[in-house]
Amino acid sequence: MSSWQSLERFLRTDPLDAGCAETFELLDRYVERQLAFGDAATRYPGIAAHLASCNPCVQDYEGLLRAISGPAGTPE
Amino acid sequence: MVSVDPEPRGAADRALDPESAAWVRELTASGPVHDEAVLRVHALLVRVARAEVRRRRGQLAIAGPELDDLAQQAADDAVVSVVAKVGRFRGESRFTTWACKFAIFEVSNKVGRHFWQRPAVAMDAEDWDRLPDRFGLDPARAAEWGEVVAALRRAVAEELTDHQRRIFAAIVLNGVALDALVAELDSSRNAIYKTLFDARRTLRATLVAHGYLDKDATRQA
Repeated sequence: MSSWQSLERFLRTDPLDAGCAETFELLDRYVERQLAFGDAATRYPGIAAHLASCNPCVQDYEGLLRAISGPAGTPE
Repeated sequence: MVSVDPEPRGAADRALDPESAAWVRELTASGPVHDEAVLRVHALLVRVARAEVRRRRGQLAIAGPELDDLAQQAADDAVVSVVAKVGRFRGESRFTTWACKFAIFEVSNKVGRHFWQRPAVAMDAEDWDRLPDRFGLDPARAAEWGEVVAALRRAVAEELTDHQRRIFAAIVLNGVALDALVAELDSSRNAIYKTLFDARRTLRATLVAHGYLDKDATRQA
């Protein structure tokens, strides 16, 4: 393994990467699919590719996953 | 980057679940029914925004009541988006999941704006001394990566556009959060990410062309 693997990984881009706008558009479906079937990355490979390299969208994904899994996301 | 097929086959015609249908019906109504639905969705999004702000408080230089203010502002802005866009909700997810997405996104926006409250954040300087730490490059093995980093630095100077270089320096060298850059430049997350995406692709292609990286794999040290 080279000593600059993390740098190489950062520079590597995935042509499937859907970008932030598409990811936001589909994030609700992606999260529900993941919770229901655990295969969101297979159903939405472009979103999965994007989440592999966009930290802000990962934050949103994790936040939404937690919101709808927990009590905060339940209407009173 | 590519567009993805947003619709599973036939999903656009899917009937809304009863709860989602009720939300849409009430939010698109007028008078007290609408107003009461707005209050209920606001209460939901305040709870979600508060939980999200608590989860991300490590990224913020504020605490206590200011955190709650930030959550309230995020929920307020999210409700405006939800009410404005509810006519485009097609039921591919539950309404509450769809609505919560806006609260989470607005928290991200607010967190990005608060980034600039940190002291001494440089945006335009190119602090190359941070790069080894940023990518976990071991100083004891500098003989291995020094050449690659020098080549990267040349590629940043020679191959990137001024705009790409500015975005690369801010995010990669100076540690500016992407959402903070969105706020500073009055841009969008998608636009900033796309600029950095194109810069990464150009830099990698340059390093490959000059033999510093293999086309399909990292060069072995």
